[in-house]
Amino acid sequence: MGTYSSIYNRIQIRGPFDPGVPLKHSSDTRIQTKTFSYWLGKIGDPQVGPLYLGWSGAASLAFGFIAIEIIGLNMWASVDWDPYAFVRNLAFLSLDPPPAKYGLNPLVPLGDGGWWILAGFFLTASILLWWVRSYTRARALGMGTHTSWAFASAIFLYLSLGLFRPILMGSWSEAVPFGIITHLNWTASVSVLYGNWYYNPFHMLSIVFLYGSTMLFAMHGATILAVSRFGGEREAEEIVDRGTAAERGALFWRWTMGFNATFESIHRWAWWFAVLTTFTGAIGVLLTGTVVDNWYLWGVKHGIAPNYPSVYPSFPIPDEATRSVMQ
Amino acid sequence: MAMLSFERKYRVRGGTLVGGDLFDFWAGPFYVGFFGVTAIFFSLLGSLLVFYDISQGDATNIFAFSVNPPSIKYGLGLAPLNEGGTWQLVTICACGAFFSWTLREIEICRKLGIGWHVPIAYSFAVLAYVSLVVIRPLLLGAWGHGFPYGIMSHLDWVSNVGYQFLHFHYNPAHMLAVTFFFTTTMFLGLHAGVILGAVNPGKGEVVKYGEHENAYFRDFICYSVGPYGIHRLGLFFALNAGFWSAVCIIISGPFWDRGWPYFFDFYLKTPAAIGNIAY
Repeated sequence: MGTYSSIYNRIQIRGPFDPGVPLKHSSDTRIQTKTFSYWLGKIGDPQVGPLYLGWSGAASLAFGFIAIEIIGLNMWASVDWDPYAFVRNLAFLSLDPPPAKYGLNPLVPLGDGGWWILAGFFLTASILLWWVRSYTRARALGMGTHTSWAFASAIFLYLSLGLFRPILMGSWSEAVPFGIITHLNWTASVSVLYGNWYYNPFHMLSIVFLYGSTMLFAMHGATILAVSRFGGEREAEEIVDRGTAAERGALFWRWTMGFNATFESIHRWAWWFAVLTTFTGAIGVLLTGTVVDNWYLWGVKHGIAPNYPSVYPSFPIPDEATRSVMQ
Repeated sequence: MAMLSFERKYRVRGGTLVGGDLFDFWAGPFYVGFFGVTAIFFSLLGSLLVFYDISQGDATNIFAFSVNPPSIKYGLGLAPLNEGGTWQLVTICACGAFFSWTLREIEICRKLGIGWHVPIAYSFAVLAYVSLVVIRPLLLGAWGHGFPYGIMSHLDWVSNVGYQFLHFHYNPAHMLAVTFFFTTTMFLGLHAGVILGAVNPGKGEVVKYGEHENAYFRDFICYSVGPYGIHRLGLFFALNAGFWSAVCIIISGPFWDRGWPYFFDFYLKTPAAIGNIAY
């Protein structure tokens, strides 16, 4: 009888270092940095590496490094190059996009948001090159590129926030700042400015898929660990040649809720939930301010939100002040 | 009819927690058991109470349907049915149904000879629900602090309670919960992607297994956590998302009654942080 592998590995086996299966000819060679980590081995595989760099990986890391440097040095400059102030205020420091007066002008003075444009350019280049890497590494191993397209959905949300929506709105100032607290402030502000995003139906969908993804991974992770004593963690093998682990996993859900996925289809449910989280979120972002100015009033118009009575009925509001909001 | 080709040999007696053989049978694909009976009882009664409460209101729009908790003035006492008493009964029914469901999952695990991971995971979701409608109202001293059961009304509740604390993103437990939600979803996309990529490799390629899954993530990000590890990480992160969600709402009110941005004043008031913060 096997044992559960619920939380950590009680026994770690140090076999020979796995150099990895052969790659297609178009690839560079792997750098065989042979490392085993005892602590990583507690929860997962102890082997770290080998390292595959390749041109897209090297360029991505270089561009990513430049982006982080631009952001970090701008934050450091904002505290007059005081290293102590930089560290203690790090969570509150920010590199902001250009103010609205520049519109979409790409040539903004560096100190007035130009650095933000450059950091965004290098970060975007880095992320897109990392996507290329996710694609070419799958092809070099003769695998499907499903991971890449899931990653692409996350990139679509990132680009919608920092590039597509600012272009649609005609101003860089609409984009998200680089900063720990300031990006939270931006998130709260954009919701309130556009009439409360709780009424944005694509925000609703995105949250449904986010919570749904978390629920699915709890269900899936728990199922696999529960049948690990029957070898259920070898999912591809169970997909191709169903064993008792897959049968027990399926029957658990069938008996619980009258329906079950298979070892393959649960990963399709999972893939779609994860992909749709960022995809629907991106649509919600792109519609805000471009198509819909106020999500609460949109909800009232379409009958999903009640038209609350005015809380301050005696407060004089001139017509001109509300006309632009009410349109 | 409702049985899968391999199912018959798994349908064995035993594994029940209570009731012995009395409810040890299946209805269609569903296992029943003692807790199946109680789950059906609570969910049917709760649903009927929801429909009754909606029928007493004048809302005709499904988005406006809502079963609301009682007024704060009733404190922790029972309220009249049409003033939140139904909400109290629905809450009891929901808790009864959720607890039944958890225990029924345990019976099914025992029957199948598999670990209790799913019922343990499910109990975290139940904990998050109980935090919202039982623990926090108890700590605040009134059932009126529970959240309403309605499509838009529960969104309004989340929005209103959030803005009562000015800026909920500054709640440190909320920060943790959001991070766990996002990271779980990222892990889910990566895990689902690599499994689908291994068994759907495209025309002219053979199906791949664990060796290639490891090779892909080692080539991609220099580390593959492996088939056990990814399910441990996924489960751990998902449960933490639920757990810190429960914490973030329990501390809002009972343990912190000001705006959440003020929480970080402790840091800004330390000698280390006084001075040049550039906004």
